[in-house]
Amino acid sequence: MRYGLAIDIEYCTGCNSCNIACKQEHGYDAGTFGMKVTELIYPGVAEKVQIDFLPFATTRCNLCAERVSGGEDTLPSCVRHCQGKCMAYGDENALFEAAKKMKRPVMYLK
Amino acid sequence: MSKNYDRIENTTVWSPGPGCHGGCGVRVFLKDMPDGQPAKVVKIEADPCHPWNQGRTCSRLLAYTRYLYHPDRLLYPLKRVGERGEGKFERITWDEALDTVESKFKQFREESGAESVIFVQGTGRDINAPLTFLTYAYGSPNLSQLGLSGQSCYTPRITGACMVDGTLTVADCSQFFEKRYEDPRWEVPKYIVVWATNPGVGCPDGFQGHWVVDCMQRGSKLIVIDPRATWFSSRAEHFLQCRPGSDGALALGMLHLIIENEWYDSEFVEKWTQGLPELRERCKEYTPEEVERLTWVPKEVLYEATKAYAANRPSAIHWGMPIDMNPEATTVAQAIAMLWCLTGNFDVPGGNIASRGAFGIAMWPINQSQVLETYGAEFLEKINSKRIGAKEFPYIANTRLYIQPDLAVEQMLTGDPYKIRGTYIQTSNLLGGNAADLNKHYHALRNMEFNVVVDLFHNPTTMAIADIILPAACFTERNSIRVWHTPAQVIRKLHEPLGEARNDWEIDFELALRFDPKLREKYSKLEDFFDEKLKPSGHTFESLKAIGGWVFEKEGVSVPYRRYESGLLRPDGKPGFATPSGKVEFYSLNHEAWGLDPLPFYREPPESENVTPELMKKYPLVMVTGRRSPVYFHSEHRNIDWLREVDPFPIVEINPKIAKDRGLKDGDWCIIENDRGKFTRKVKYNISMNAKCVSVPHGWWPPEEKGEAPHYYGAWKYNCNKLVLSQVGSSSGYGGGAYKTVPVNVRRAEPGELDAFDEEVRELENA
Repeated sequence: MRYGLAIDIEYCTGCNSCNIACKQEHGYDAGTFGMKVTELIYPGVAEKVQIDFLPFATTRCNLCAERVSGGEDTLPSCVRHCQGKCMAYGDENALFEAAKKMKRPVMYLK
Repeated sequence: MSKNYDRIENTTVWSPGPGCHGGCGVRVFLKDMPDGQPAKVVKIEADPCHPWNQGRTCSRLLAYTRYLYHPDRLLYPLKRVGERGEGKFERITWDEALDTVESKFKQFREESGAESVIFVQGTGRDINAPLTFLTYAYGSPNLSQLGLSGQSCYTPRITGACMVDGTLTVADCSQFFEKRYEDPRWEVPKYIVVWATNPGVGCPDGFQGHWVVDCMQRGSKLIVIDPRATWFSSRAEHFLQCRPGSDGALALGMLHLIIENEWYDSEFVEKWTQGLPELRERCKEYTPEEVERLTWVPKEVLYEATKAYAANRPSAIHWGMPIDMNPEATTVAQAIAMLWCLTGNFDVPGGNIASRGAFGIAMWPINQSQVLETYGAEFLEKINSKRIGAKEFPYIANTRLYIQPDLAVEQMLTGDPYKIRGTYIQTSNLLGGNAADLNKHYHALRNMEFNVVVDLFHNPTTMAIADIILPAACFTERNSIRVWHTPAQVIRKLHEPLGEARNDWEIDFELALRFDPKLREKYSKLEDFFDEKLKPSGHTFESLKAIGGWVFEKEGVSVPYRRYESGLLRPDGKPGFATPSGKVEFYSLNHEAWGLDPLPFYREPPESENVTPELMKKYPLVMVTGRRSPVYFHSEHRNIDWLREVDPFPIVEINPKIAKDRGLKDGDWCIIENDRGKFTRKVKYNISMNAKCVSVPHGWWPPEEKGEAPHYYGAWKYNCNKLVLSQVGSSSGYGGGAYKTVPVNVRRAEPGELDAFDEEVRELENA
């Protein structure tokens, strides 16, 4: 069984709480990322300017293994602090169920 | 993270650290240190049990350890030992620092009256109460956000809207209930009008921006009004991309449509309002065609959006600071407040609800009647007679207690009608932040005999004008209380401050007791003051701490809804509104009495395509300053490395269409200029900007640049406010700081031009 993250891009506001929560949790210096947020500004449908953000789980992401298995929290630090409340954590089955309810889901499996 | 902490403590956030208006509940992970050293904060997390933020929080708070333990933090009181601007300061004791402030200010008071000192704050946060307490203990009438032209931050919205419905209102995102979205009394707003704000990147005015996102997830649709496309506009059903500074015309156009199409709540209007016939007449001037000309919003878009808002109840309006920066901002606020009243969305579930401090607690006297109650008639009369701007402007004489800051800066230079000799500046880096017409404020502050600055880091203001610097504490180092809006909650000191940093409250409390020794009979320590304020909640500071730190009022003044029926909105307890007529006033009786136009109206920005067309030929782009960043709070946080890499450069956002015409490539350093000056920014191509406007984030003074003159951390190189007028933009006295409507040109930098900004400062110093 694989574990991972499902994120509803529709509600990611680009606040960068995931990025900084991850840095704090893992003690990364500036320049090192577990979650990196990319801003996307592009012409959407009907000439509407579309502004989206894509949080990207880097190869450093271990889904906060120590935090979750050590009993400090049930959630990785990025999911805990996500201001748009648009991130889910779980096993692949649970994530797929969560993603089905999302408007524009992306999924990362480890 | 391995378990490197000894204990977890809960507290509430407000100000130093994340810097913001928020009230997040947090869990602080502490490691106890040996040999009496202060416990160390190793991590900070959001408190999942706290109703305000419900387990999430922002990047600035999550980067708190980088802020608290930043090597450049000011940890000891300093006095200037070189010339102003040389950046030479020497460590002194707190006794020496406070003795110096006390004796200088007492000397000014004896020789020139207490009005000769201006007390200056930045944006609200946990400073209004301590600074007001200090200002009135000293006896000065001059409390201010000096530098902020027109006091254009929330004050115009609050005071203007009060003329209509007698109170401050906020969009209802269930924030007044402990169970939040689960509370059965609450309803999801059908539409939320996001007007002149980008709430996802901050928590302005005590409102957590992501509450709007919570409502979207529960079904709220959006109507967005903004010159700039935002994350919210790209998710909106209706997007009104308006001309900067035209919000007043837009609001009047909406009122016109609602009245003429009878989309209003006739039952509410009949029973609870007055002045609709007069308003109807006034609005006839604002036809859809005229509004399209003034606002650039196609009349069809205006029609559909207005209908969606008015015909779907409940719906809420969440508004932002650019409203305050409109010309005649108080009347723009009036017009917008009329929208929620006309449509029956006032103090109903999912509408705009009357906001009262938890348990009705007022931490500081915010208006005339509260000063009267706290300090008595003689004191009120004294400060009213001397407050800068009170003679000229009815709102300054009769509503809130701030001065008119554009008149104040003139007076600091001219000494007319009386001399200003000193300033006490706390939570404000006005030279690196909000001061319109930077050079004028520089000269005015240099003209002072004595300036005190309380802050956490050196910045352009400390460097250029401070004579004494007092180091402030971060939020885990201090006690305070927060009742804005709800719940009533405590901010707890969790460890000793670093160095000799001190709680802003402690500093102001100590100075206040020195200036007014009678206060010592009432308060032996700061917590006595907190206990007194918390009384209506049935708690003391310690007892509130003991129950977890926060408490909601179960029933009473701060609990919605329909308090105009129950009498909770009026001081006399009668049903109705806190206005002269007791009704919602579409025709303002206060305005009539004060010689102001009783009905809302529109006025053009001081410089615009309609009033200064020749100028617009020379400077064809409208610079809109002040768009927010999720990782910064105003002029703070550029020194926090985790945050800086997210938003690394002072940029200008410019539509590639107009950038390419000017030979500007993405990433180029360009010059932005008008007749008042120039500064440089890095070009960022961005199609979200209307092709007639450019967006320039404010508050940039890269802390890695040199602090001493002539550099001042690049304040004269990057500061957009050099091009902003300092002028009175409102007949009420509040509002109209023209930060959003600045005609400019943007061009390529000439060779050597970027290195020549120091020369400007040298010329200033020699002037």
